[in-house]
Amino acid sequence: MTEKLVIIGNGMAPGRMLEHLFETAPGKFDVTIFNAEPRVNYDRIMLSPVLSGEKSFDDIVIHGDAWYIKHGVTLYKAVRVARIDRDAKTITSETGIVEAYDRLVIATGSLPFMPPIEGNTLAGVLSYRDLDDVNAMMLAAKARGHAVVIGGGLLGLEAAAGLALQGMSVTVLHNAPTLMNRQLDPAAGYLLERTLVERGISVICNADTRQIMGDSHVTGVRLADGSEIAADIVIMAVGIRPNAALARDAGLAVNRGIVVDAQMRTSDPFIYALGECVEVAGSCFGLVAPLYDMANVLAAQLAEEATLGFVEQATATRLKVTGVNLYSVGDFGEGDDRDEIVLRDAQAGIYKRLILKNDRIIGAVLYGETSDGPWFFDLLKRVVDTREMRDTLIFGQAYQGGSPLDPMAAVAALPDEAEICGCNGVCKGKITGAITGKGLTTLDDVRAHTKASASCGSCTGLVEQLLHATLGDAYNPAAVLPMCPCTELGHDDVRRLIIAKSLKSIPEVMQELEWKTSCGCAKCRPTLNYYLVADWPGEYEDDGQSRFINERVHANIQKDGTYSVVPRMWGGMTNPKELRAIADVADKFHIPAVKVTGGQRIDLLGVRKEDLPAVWADLNAAGMVSGAAYAKGLRTVKTCVGSDWCRFGTQDSTGFGIRLEKFMWGAWTPAKLKLAVSGCPRNCAEATCKDIGVICVDSGYDIHFAGAAGLEIKGTELLCHADSEDEALEIIVALTQLYREQGRYLERIYKWAKRVGTPSILANVVTDLDKRRAYYERFVYAQSFAQIDPWEERVNGKDAHEFAAMAEFGMPVAAE
Amino acid sequence: MTNWIEIGSINAIPRRGARCVNTPAGKIAVFRTQEDQIFALENRCPHRDGPLSEGIVHGGSVTCPLHNWVFDMATGKALGADVGAVRTYAIDVVDGRIFIAADTMAVAAE
Repeated sequence: MTEKLVIIGNGMAPGRMLEHLFETAPGKFDVTIFNAEPRVNYDRIMLSPVLSGEKSFDDIVIHGDAWYIKHGVTLYKAVRVARIDRDAKTITSETGIVEAYDRLVIATGSLPFMPPIEGNTLAGVLSYRDLDDVNAMMLAAKARGHAVVIGGGLLGLEAAAGLALQGMSVTVLHNAPTLMNRQLDPAAGYLLERTLVERGISVICNADTRQIMGDSHVTGVRLADGSEIAADIVIMAVGIRPNAALARDAGLAVNRGIVVDAQMRTSDPFIYALGECVEVAGSCFGLVAPLYDMANVLAAQLAEEATLGFVEQATATRLKVTGVNLYSVGDFGEGDDRDEIVLRDAQAGIYKRLILKNDRIIGAVLYGETSDGPWFFDLLKRVVDTREMRDTLIFGQAYQGGSPLDPMAAVAALPDEAEICGCNGVCKGKITGAITGKGLTTLDDVRAHTKASASCGSCTGLVEQLLHATLGDAYNPAAVLPMCPCTELGHDDVRRLIIAKSLKSIPEVMQELEWKTSCGCAKCRPTLNYYLVADWPGEYEDDGQSRFINERVHANIQKDGTYSVVPRMWGGMTNPKELRAIADVADKFHIPAVKVTGGQRIDLLGVRKEDLPAVWADLNAAGMVSGAAYAKGLRTVKTCVGSDWCRFGTQDSTGFGIRLEKFMWGAWTPAKLKLAVSGCPRNCAEATCKDIGVICVDSGYDIHFAGAAGLEIKGTELLCHADSEDEALEIIVALTQLYREQGRYLERIYKWAKRVGTPSILANVVTDLDKRRAYYERFVYAQSFAQIDPWEERVNGKDAHEFAAMAEFGMPVAAE
Repeated sequence: MTNWIEIGSINAIPRRGARCVNTPAGKIAVFRTQEDQIFALENRCPHRDGPLSEGIVHGGSVTCPLHNWVFDMATGKALGADVGAVRTYAIDVVDGRIFIAADTMAVAAE
């Protein structure tokens, strides 16, 4: 019988536990998860690359929404659990949801430790635990300014490096003599400090922070020696504490963390706990490898399979700061019974130290060059006697057995049990076995099948070497990702060849570029159709059968097969005549729902497909056209009332928004394109999270772009300032055309900008006036073919077959 | 003996497209490929009831517009990693006119 499993917390540990559980005991449990965060399970280890801008949130999602649906998991997002009632075996959320359980798993993680210093609750004091913290830091970094990071451990240094890359001036305050003193010895800590200082990060060791200054918002930090450091934000990264309050309130045994045995059982036989919130045999854990070990144990426990239980093991540490190579594992304190081997190369910034006891490695610290880390770790775990290789041990694996080996041979020489991926506990044999057994050829394949290099990514190089060593020349890491399985070519090659070879139809592209399928697929056909529409205006005939249904019938399909209809309201302005026509249409066609959209217009929901042309005819008659709310194209231009009405308005933002929308409607773009114009920096039109946004100021128009406010939230970047409305229009239009020509299909403007880089965009549409003019003119030319209302065309009979059944067979007469 | 009912001409359906036949039991989607092959499937994806007639037709397959399941139109079976099948209906084409088996329609009406 299916049992009810409730999980409090949706971090990496319970996520991994469920993966195992669904694999070993599918269908055994009906699972419900309560997540205090408003999102799915993501890779917290990778928050640092998100902060530094090297990855996006999408890149670090572990389980997308589809995963939960596939496994029948009910996931409550942004719902906190208020209490556990162990007698009734229920939990109650802060929102009042009561959920009964047969088994309960507590995975509440940890909380940042806030040292009890004056001012630690001021606005601008942030911690570094989850995506919200990262977003808050990135937002603060927009203003440049000063950041102070308190804590020079792993987390603090990754935050510092990320904020520095985001343009802030950063000071790290650390209370010990050298950085990362729990993982590094003083020599390596010193080298690390030197590297960070070279990157412009200030480091103050032996810092004793006494006060965070400011009235309501942080202004600075005061140290015990009386010195003061200015700060616009302060990041607290001095450590974490298990989040055990819920368990404590429920009367479970709690010390520092929730006390569990080696099988992850709490003091209540129906309740388990795992992750950073627990304490096993007196220890708490914060790195991912032991948490994943716990996940394996608990999954086996729930599946009623035998397990040896959780045993604490040595864990290697790496710092995820691009360009800093650092590896540390084991015990590196000094002692009479210990022996050490040290290699230093001051010029190259390399430091390696091995700590030995009875000729066995018990610890290793590597700085500057870390590729032998996993090998040393392997020797440590296997307690190998190193007497025979002592002379060359520090030089690494390549120097064992005489002549030096190249890195590839070194990887090939690793034993099958050697651990490659520390985060996920994947050994070499499992990876090579999957490569040969399952025919894997790419890094992504290996990640999908073995999880190796799928968490922090620091073993990616090793995994690639294994692919190379196993597949030989068949492994080609430089290969571009093909557009779809129908071709080997990537988006950029296809587009380049479309122009170079003057290919002007989909069959022509498929023939000339040697497509592997006769008719393409649902991925490449819409892609090619867009490229051809954008590259050959007036020559290419749009292929409706290669468009997704929404763009084919110019309305948005809903989950029940009905459609939604959104007429344009230029710049969000409307009038009684339009509103009356909308009301009449809603009545006449019994449209069940009418809603105001986020883009300042009105959505008619639940229109039957066969009614669409008649609905459009009535809207057309009142002067309205398609709002293209379904299109990979220009959607809305949101405006505020600007200088017409607002006492703060500096320019006619409404008028400019309407002008932009009238100029640009009908244009197809790689992905949807949303604009906004705000009349002053108070920004009521929310222009700074749009694809392109304008903030009017006294002296003219600040043009922003590359914002996002959907799956990902990202403020815009300032592109440039324009003195006049005409100049602003020309720049915005040129920018859109550049994006039309360079963007890959379905790539939003912020992703395109990140890929090609802001400097190249500036060079094309801001600094070089001739280029700007050329892009502008190409857009204007294309518009002469694009600005035809698709609703009016269909009212006049185009694609009539879309809106009528082919044949009708009568309904049986009811109840006869 | 099979009793065939005419539902229309193949030219009523665009190449790489589909039209629906409404029956008392629901909609049947009739597809026409680039090579003028005709297939008939229940107009309902087994995943989340997506209207397959609105999908993109490529080769002998159609991709559901809601969540991109791909079906082999000849067998009705889902392709790739997804598992499932959609009901198929027997079709005959004579001189460009499409016929559907009446008994399958009767089954559909049950």
